[in-house]
Amino acid sequence: MIRFDNVSKTYKRAHSPALRDVNVEIERGEFVFLVGPSGSGKSTFLRLCLKEDKPTSGTVWVAGKDIGKLPSWRVPQLRRQIGTVFQDFRLLPNKTVAQNVAFALEVIGKPRSHVNRVVPEVLEMVGLDGKEGRFPDQLSGGEQQRVAIARAFVNKPTILIADEPTGNLDPTTSVGIMKLLDRINRMGTTVVMATHDSHIVDQVRKRVVELADGIVVRDQERGVYGYAY
Amino acid sequence: MRLRFVMGEVWNGLRRNLTMTFALIITIAVSLALLGGGLLLRQQVTQMKGYWFDKVEVSIFLCTKNSQESSCAGAASQAEKDQIQADLESMSPLVQDVYFETSQEAYDRFLEQFAGSPIADTAVPEDLGESFRVKLSDPDRYPVITSAFTGRPGIEKVDDQKQVLDKLFRLLDGLQLIAMSIALAMLIVTVLLVGNTMRLAAFSRRRETGIMRLVGASKFYIQLPFLLESMVAAAIGAGLAIGALALVKSLLVDHFLAPSFKFTSFIGWESVWTTSVVLFGIGIALAALAALVTLRRYLRV
Repeated sequence: MIRFDNVSKTYKRAHSPALRDVNVEIERGEFVFLVGPSGSGKSTFLRLCLKEDKPTSGTVWVAGKDIGKLPSWRVPQLRRQIGTVFQDFRLLPNKTVAQNVAFALEVIGKPRSHVNRVVPEVLEMVGLDGKEGRFPDQLSGGEQQRVAIARAFVNKPTILIADEPTGNLDPTTSVGIMKLLDRINRMGTTVVMATHDSHIVDQVRKRVVELADGIVVRDQERGVYGYAY
Repeated sequence: MRLRFVMGEVWNGLRRNLTMTFALIITIAVSLALLGGGLLLRQQVTQMKGYWFDKVEVSIFLCTKNSQESSCAGAASQAEKDQIQADLESMSPLVQDVYFETSQEAYDRFLEQFAGSPIADTAVPEDLGESFRVKLSDPDRYPVITSAFTGRPGIEKVDDQKQVLDKLFRLLDGLQLIAMSIALAMLIVTVLLVGNTMRLAAFSRRRETGIMRLVGASKFYIQLPFLLESMVAAAIGAGLAIGALALVKSLLVDHFLAPSFKFTSFIGWESVWTTSVVLFGIGIALAALAALVTLRRYLRV
């Protein structure tokens, strides 16, 4: 589903590369934790999947396509296949829960009937039924992240990318979000989750890819967050 | 659905940026009104030229027995008159029509003009010289006649009415140039203002556009609301400018100038409407262009 072939990335005016010769393959339907300290290249990895940046060298394959060869007008098509969730939720404060989720469909031109059918379904799935009319500032952090997940998932993407989705949440709430992502994964969506949260990683025992200074230092099935340092 | 969504975004964008929207609309209205005024003034001048140039003639006054000019040795002889007549006729097609005015005819006109004045009682036909009244196909080329006949034996002077009119038209041309220059400067300001407003709008909505980008909205969908906002502002501004021009035409031209200056004709409403279409087109095109160029730079897609 996602494959990095000898990918390196050096940002302009940066001293050292953010990624060095990374080779990773993620299969369809997998759940992968991307771990490592801040600045180890996790976010760069995710940005390259979305074609937010171009690798300095190497090839990134997403859904069977070399996205380096994708013309810019096809990039929206690529992003429609990938749902994205962030640590800071990125909800629109002047729109309600339902409107926030509907926005993701409206801006890609989905017809109203489709939006009206799908939005309540996905809100129910993330456990927010009954809160459609609330505004983001009337929700807890965990609930806001559920809205963000609903928005990322509403167009049924084949891949879900989550960049520290539990970074702003307390441990109990984080477990709830984690369960939700696990459910989405079981429905067939490939999930890549960058995280610092060792409890979660240790608990659920999924594949772990660890980055350090832009190098893949560990790629382990059913791994834990880290070795005892 | 899509249309309603996009229109909602446009409305919100205009409302949230209300002061800038007003600034935009007023600037567009003022610059387009000036441009329209310049264009209408030009049509007025063209029309006046057509009207007057039909009537202007070059007058070649012949020597009378009292003439003091060096080219005159007493009254012009019949041979001289015949030669001038022949030369004028050979200058066709520039010379469209030649009319010989006799002393008697000049005297009659003089009497008519100065009827009741003491000066009319003392004049005799011989005091008023004979003249050729020459009508040109292209009144702008009067210097050809002036240089060909000035100073020739038997000719006292060559007088061109167009020279008088030219002063008036130079004034009108100057006014028109000023209006156009101000309009041009204002249009540049308008383009810059549209650009700046779009830049602000793109910045204040970067959250929305960021999400649109992430969920895979196309460039067209992301930019369309901004583009439409500037075009709506331009349309309103153009509407105001056209209203102002119509007001000027109705109040100033129809109710003041036309009754006061009956000797000339003024532009009609069809000139105002054609100019309006031009203004509308220019306004919207400029706004769209400025918005597109700015969005390319400031709205990452």
